[in-house]
Amino acid sequence: MKKIFLILAFLGVALALMYIEFIPKHHEKPELAILRDKFKKDDRKSVDHSKFAILNQNFSEPQKVTEACLSCHTERGKEVMNSNHWNWEREEYIKGRGVVYLGKKNALNNFCIGTEGNDKSCAKCHIGYGMGDNFEANAENNIDCMVCHDNTETYAKAAEKGGAPVPTLDFRNIATHIGKPKRSNCGVCHFFGGGGNNVKHGDLDKSMFAPTKDIDVHMAVDGANLECIDCHKTEHHNISGKLYTLSSMNRDRVNCEDCHSSMPHKDDIINNHGNKVACQTCHIPEYAKVNATKTHWDWSSAGKLKDGQPYEVDDKDGNHTYLSIKGTFHWGKKLKPEYTFFNGTANHYLLGDIVKDTNNPVILNELYGNYQDNNSKIIPNKVHRAVQPFDPINKMLIQPKLYADNKGEGALWKDFDWIVASEKGMANVGLPFSGNVSFVNTEMNLPINHMVSKKENAVQCEECHNRTDSRLANVKGFYMIGRDSNPLIETAGIWTILLTFAGVFAHLLIRVLYATKIIKTGDSNA
Amino acid sequence: MLKQVYIYRAFERFWHWMQAFLIFFLMLTGFEIHGSFRFFGYYNAVQYHNIAAFAFIILIAFAIFWHLSTGEWRQYMPTSENIIAQARYYITGIFQNAPHPTKKTVLSKLNPIQKLVYLGLKLLVIPVMVLSGLLFMFYRYPSKSGITGLNIDSLESIAIFHTAGAFILVSFVITHLYLITTGHTITSNLNAMITGYEELEVDEVEVIEVRNNEIKTESIQ
Repeated sequence: MKKIFLILAFLGVALALMYIEFIPKHHEKPELAILRDKFKKDDRKSVDHSKFAILNQNFSEPQKVTEACLSCHTERGKEVMNSNHWNWEREEYIKGRGVVYLGKKNALNNFCIGTEGNDKSCAKCHIGYGMGDNFEANAENNIDCMVCHDNTETYAKAAEKGGAPVPTLDFRNIATHIGKPKRSNCGVCHFFGGGGNNVKHGDLDKSMFAPTKDIDVHMAVDGANLECIDCHKTEHHNISGKLYTLSSMNRDRVNCEDCHSSMPHKDDIINNHGNKVACQTCHIPEYAKVNATKTHWDWSSAGKLKDGQPYEVDDKDGNHTYLSIKGTFHWGKKLKPEYTFFNGTANHYLLGDIVKDTNNPVILNELYGNYQDNNSKIIPNKVHRAVQPFDPINKMLIQPKLYADNKGEGALWKDFDWIVASEKGMANVGLPFSGNVSFVNTEMNLPINHMVSKKENAVQCEECHNRTDSRLANVKGFYMIGRDSNPLIETAGIWTILLTFAGVFAHLLIRVLYATKIIKTGDSNA
Repeated sequence: MLKQVYIYRAFERFWHWMQAFLIFFLMLTGFEIHGSFRFFGYYNAVQYHNIAAFAFIILIAFAIFWHLSTGEWRQYMPTSENIIAQARYYITGIFQNAPHPTKKTVLSKLNPIQKLVYLGLKLLVIPVMVLSGLLFMFYRYPSKSGITGLNIDSLESIAIFHTAGAFILVSFVITHLYLITTGHTITSNLNAMITGYEELEVDEVEVIEVRNNEIKTESIQ
C-alpha cells in the first residue's frame, strides 16, 4: 500500500507542477471584442460641409477650393507644408552620414529611378498643384486638399500635368462632400506606386480597396474593415508609419503591438519569439496575393523600337513584360517574402554617392540590423532587383531625364537616347556625367507590412525550423534549432550511433554463431 | 543454491520503466526538434518535449530521494575489483557460456562496468541534459531590459551540450537494450525488471541477511 501511495504522490506532484508550468503566465487578452470596443469608430460628424455656403459654389479652378478650405481651417496649410507628403523630403539622421535631408528629391530607387527633372509626370502623386518648372512651393493655394479628403471617390489627377486634377471634375460636389481620408484616397497613389497597380510595394494594391479576410484581416470588408488612417494615426497632417525606401530613423512607426500588445499569444514560447521576430514575419506568409508585383526591372533593354515606334509586350494577366520606354520586367504573384534582421534604421543611396563595389548589387536602401542588436527583429521583405544606368567613369548611378512634353528635349521616353537623357538628367541635378552609360545591378528593400493573413494561415513552426527549405535559410548570424546543427557534434553523434549498432550486431552475430555451434567452443578460458 | 529473489522493488521498477518511457519519448520529440525527422509536427514536438522534460525532472527528484533514503545509492559506488574480468567476459567469455564473473545479489546488483556506466549517466550525462534543457527553456534572447548578465548570446553553446548528450543517450539505449539479453537466460533480466524477481545463486548467509533487511525496512514503513 505504501508503495502505491508513493507512486500516486509522484503522479500527483507531477501533474500539479505540469499544470503550473504550462498555464500561460504573460498572456494579455487580445480578444476581438476587446479590440473592437477599444477601437470602435464614432461616425457622427460635428460638421456637415454641404451646409457651408462657401463650398456651394462653382469653382473655376482647384486652387479656389483650397482657398475656401483654408478660409476656415486657417492653420492647416502650414501643417501640410511641413509634411513629408508636401515636401518630399524630411530631416533624417543616418549613422555614418550624419543629418541628411532625404526624400524623393535626392534618393534614387530602382523603379523609375528618381523624380528630379521628371516632376511634371511624377507630380500626379504629389499633394499639390503646379509642380514642374516654376513650382511655387510656398503658395498655400497649391495644396491639393481634395486628393486626400474627397469622399465622393470621383476626384482624379491628370497625367503629366504637375499634379493638376482632371479638368472635367465637379469641384462643387467634391467640396461639399469632404471628410476624413478613406482607403480610396490613400490607395489612388500608394496602390499604384512605380507607375502601375502593385508595381512597387507588393503588399499594397488595388485589391486592398475592398479586400476579403483572406487578403487582409484588418481591412477586410467582411471583417474589421479598417481604414488606412485607423492604424496610420495622424496628428497635424503628420501621418505615422514608415516605408524604409525613403526613411532612415526608427521613429513615427506604426506597430502591431500598438493594438495587439507585445504578448498576444496564449503560448509563451510563441510570445517569446517576439523578441527577435516581427509579427509580420509569421502573419504575412505571402504577399501580392491577388495581383502580381514587379520583382525585376532591366533598364538596359529599354529603347528598342518597332518601325521607329516604341512598343509594349504584355503577359497573359496584362502586366507589361517589355516597354520600349522602360525595359524588361519580371512579375511575381503570391510571393514568399525574403527575410532580414532590421532595427528600424536604414541607409540610402543619394544622388552623387560614389559606388565603390560594382561586382555586387548596389543596395539602394540598406536595412540595418543583426541578431546581436537589441532593437533588431526579423522582418519580411520584398527585394526589388534591377539593372539600371550607371556612369562607369564617375562611379555614380545616373538620374536620367525620362519625361518631357515633346520630342527633342532629350527625354529618354521621347527620344530613346541614353547618352542625351543621362547628360540632361545629371546636368539638371548638378552632377558630372562622363558621357558613358553602363548598367549595374541594384537591389531595393521594401519591408512587407500589409496583407496580414488569418491566424490559421500564419507561418507554421516547421517552415522556419527546418533543415532543408527554411524560410529563414538566408538569415545568418545565429543558431536556430531545427535549422542549424553543429557539424562536429552531428558527425561525431551519428558515428557514435552507427558504431554502437555495428558493435551490437557483431556481438550478437558471434553469440549466434557460437550458440548454433557454427563456431566450436574451445577452451572456456580462450 | 538457485533461488527466486525479490531484487527490484516496486518503486525501483516504476522508476526504471517511467525513465525508459520518458527517455524514449524525449529522444523521439527531441530529434524532431533538432530537425532530424518529422513525426508529431514541430509545435507538438516542442510541447510534448517540454512536458516530458518536466515529468522527468520530477521523477529524478523522487528517484534521488529513494536512493538516499534506501541507501541504494551505494550500488553505484565504483570499484576496480573484477572490472578486467567483467570486460573479458563481454569480449570472449560470453560466447562460450562462461559463468558471469560478478555475482548478482540484492546488495550488489550491478557489475563493475555497469556501476561505472550508470554512475556516469547519473552524475554527468543526465545533469548535463537537465541543465542544458532548462537553459533552453528559460533561454533569454539578448535583451536590453532585465539583467543583461543573464543573456546568452547564442543558443549554439547550449545546443552543443544538449545534442551531444542526446547522442550519448541514444548510444546508451541501444547498448542497454542489447545487453538485457545477456543475463542468465535471454529474458531473465527483462523478467526481473518487470516482476521484481530473479533467479539468483544465493548462499545461506546472504538469504538471512536479505531477510533481516526486509524485516527492517518493513518495520520502518
